[in-house]
Amino acid sequence: MPETITLTLQVNGARRTVDTHPMARLLDVLRDGLRLTGTKEGCGEGECGACSVLLNGRVVNSCLVPALQAQDGVVVTVEGLAEGEALSPIQDAFLVHNAAQCGFCTPGMLIAADDLLRRCPNPDKEQVQAGLAGNLCRCTGYSKIVDAVRSVARQGEVR
Amino acid sequence: MRAFLPDYAIQAPGTLDEALRMLAAEPGAWTPIAGGTDLMVLFNAGRLPGRRLLDLSRIYELRGIEDDPSRLSLGSLITYTELLEQRAVHQFFPNLVKSARATGALAIQNRGTLGGNIVNASPAADTPPSLLAYGAEVQLVSARGSRWVAYDAFHQGYKKMDLAPDELVARIRLPKPQGLGFHFYRKVGTRQAQAISKVCLAAYARIQDRVVTELRVGLGSVAPVPLRARRAEAAVVGRALDALPIEEARRAVLEDISPIDDIRASAHYRQVVTGNVLAQMLKELGAARTA
Ligand SMILES: Cc1cc2nc3c(=O)[nH]c(=O)nc-3n(C[C@H](O)[C@H](O)[C@H](O)COP(=O)(O)OP(=O)(O)OC[C@H]3O[C@@H](n4cnc5c(N)ncnc54)[C@H](O)[C@@H]3O)c2cc1C
Ligand code: FES
Ligand code: FES
Repeated sequence: MPETITLTLQVNGARRTVDTHPMARLLDVLRDGLRLTGTKEGCGEGECGACSVLLNGRVVNSCLVPALQAQDGVVVTVEGLAEGEALSPIQDAFLVHNAAQCGFCTPGMLIAADDLLRRCPNPDKEQVQAGLAGNLCRCTGYSKIVDAVRSVARQGEVR
Repeated sequence: MRAFLPDYAIQAPGTLDEALRMLAAEPGAWTPIAGGTDLMVLFNAGRLPGRRLLDLSRIYELRGIEDDPSRLSLGSLITYTELLEQRAVHQFFPNLVKSARATGALAIQNRGTLGGNIVNASPAADTPPSLLAYGAEVQLVSARGSRWVAYDAFHQGYKKMDLAPDELVARIRLPKPQGLGFHFYRKVGTRQAQAISKVCLAAYARIQDRVVTELRVGLGSVAPVPLRARRAEAAVVGRALDALPIEEARRAVLEDISPIDDIRASAHYRQVVTGNVLAQMLKELGAARTA
C-alpha cells in the first residue's frame, strides 16, 4: 500500500489537492499541507474545540478526523468566514464585544458560533451555551462570547 | 507521544461484502473505525494498539433506518446528531434522545456513532443503559453470515463482547413499546456538558391496569459492563403503581451492581447514588398518569 494518498477537498469554496498520509489528521492537512493555520490545536483529544471546522456541513474536531475519511469532503475553516476584506457578522461581533483575549480559542469559537447561527438564527443564552459547549476558553469567562453571538442573532431579527 | 504515521495504514472498502472479505482473510488484523471519536484519541496519544484500520464510513449498508410498525432498525453508523433528527426516535425512544444529548458536545455528536459507542464497550457509555431498557438487539455480520443477539447478552466482561474478530455490528433493532409506557433517563456526572457519567440509569416500564407488567432497568458506570438491574426489576414487576416496593428494590439493586473506586467517584458513592436514582425513578413511576 502506498504511503501517501492524494486528498481532494473543497476548502473554503476552492478545490484543493494535497498529498498526505491517509492517517494524517485533517487538522495537520489543513495547517501543514494547505498552510491554513487559523485552525488551532489545543488538546488533540476532542475536548477543547480549538480545531473545529465544518466538514460536509457539520462541526467536527479536525484533530479526530483521519485524512482518508475527509476524502472528497467540503471543508470550511475560519479563513472561509470573511468575504475578502469584509468580516462576517460573527467576526465583527467578536471584535465589537471584545470576545477574544489571547485568541487561541477564537477560530474554533467562530466556526461553532457560525454553525449555531445557521441552525438556530435566534438562540437564547442557554442555546448559545449548548452550541458552544465543546469549545473551551481559558481567558474570557465566556460572557463576552455569548454576548457577541446573541448580538448577531438580534441584528438578524432587525434586518 | 504522538503516533508515528508510517506505522499505520487505513483502507476504506466501499461495500459491506468487500469489508467482510478483508476481515475474513485476516481476522484480528484490522481495527474497524467509524466516527473515530474513541479511536483517534488513542491514536493521537500513540496508544492505539491496532496498526491497520478499516474505515467503515463509506459502507452504505451500515447506514439507514427502517421504521416498521413494530420496531425501529438503525444502521450502526448512525451518529448522535442523526439519531436526534429521527422523529420515530423521539416518539418511541425518548431515553435514547436523552442519551444522545448527554453525549459529548456537538462536534462529538456529529461524528460519534451508535455502533462505536456499543463496541467501544466503556462501562460509562451513555447509550447502553437506554438500549438495555428498550430490549435492543444487535445484528452481527461476517463473511460467514449474519446473526442477531440480545444486547443484554452482548457485553460479557470488561471490554469483552460476543463479537468475533471477523464480525461487524451492522444494525441495532429496538422493539417499539406497545400500550402505556413509562420512560426514565438520568445521567449523573460532574457537569452537564462533556462529562463522563458517575452513574447512569435508564428505565422503561409497561403499565396495565395500574400494575407494572414489564420493567427493564439499564445501568452504566456501576459494573465492568453496562448491565440490567435484574434483581431490582424482579422486585417491582407485578406490583401496583401505588404500592411499589422502593426500599426492597433499593436493596436488590445493590446485589445487581459491582461498582469500583476510580477518579470520578468512589464505589460507595456509586452504590448510594444508584439506589437514590432508582428510588427517584420508582417514585416517578408510582406517580405516572395512567388515564
Ligand atoms: C471529547 C469526547 C467526549 C465524549 N463524551 C462521551 C459521552 O459523554 N458519552 C459517551 O458514551 N461517549 C463519549 N465519548 C466517546 C465516543 O464519542 C463514543 O463512544 C462514540 O459513540 C464512539 O463512536 P465512534 O463511531 O466515534 O467510534 P470509533 O472511535 O470509530 O470506534 C470505537 C470502537 O468501536 C469499534 N467499532 C466502531 N464501529 C463498529 C462496527 N460497526 N462494528 C464493529 N466494531 C466497531 C472500533 O473498532 C473501536 O474499537 C466522548 C469522546 C470524546 C473524544
Ligand atoms: S485540538 Fe481538537 S478538540 Fe482540542
Ligand atoms: S481567548 Fe484565550 S482561550 Fe479564549
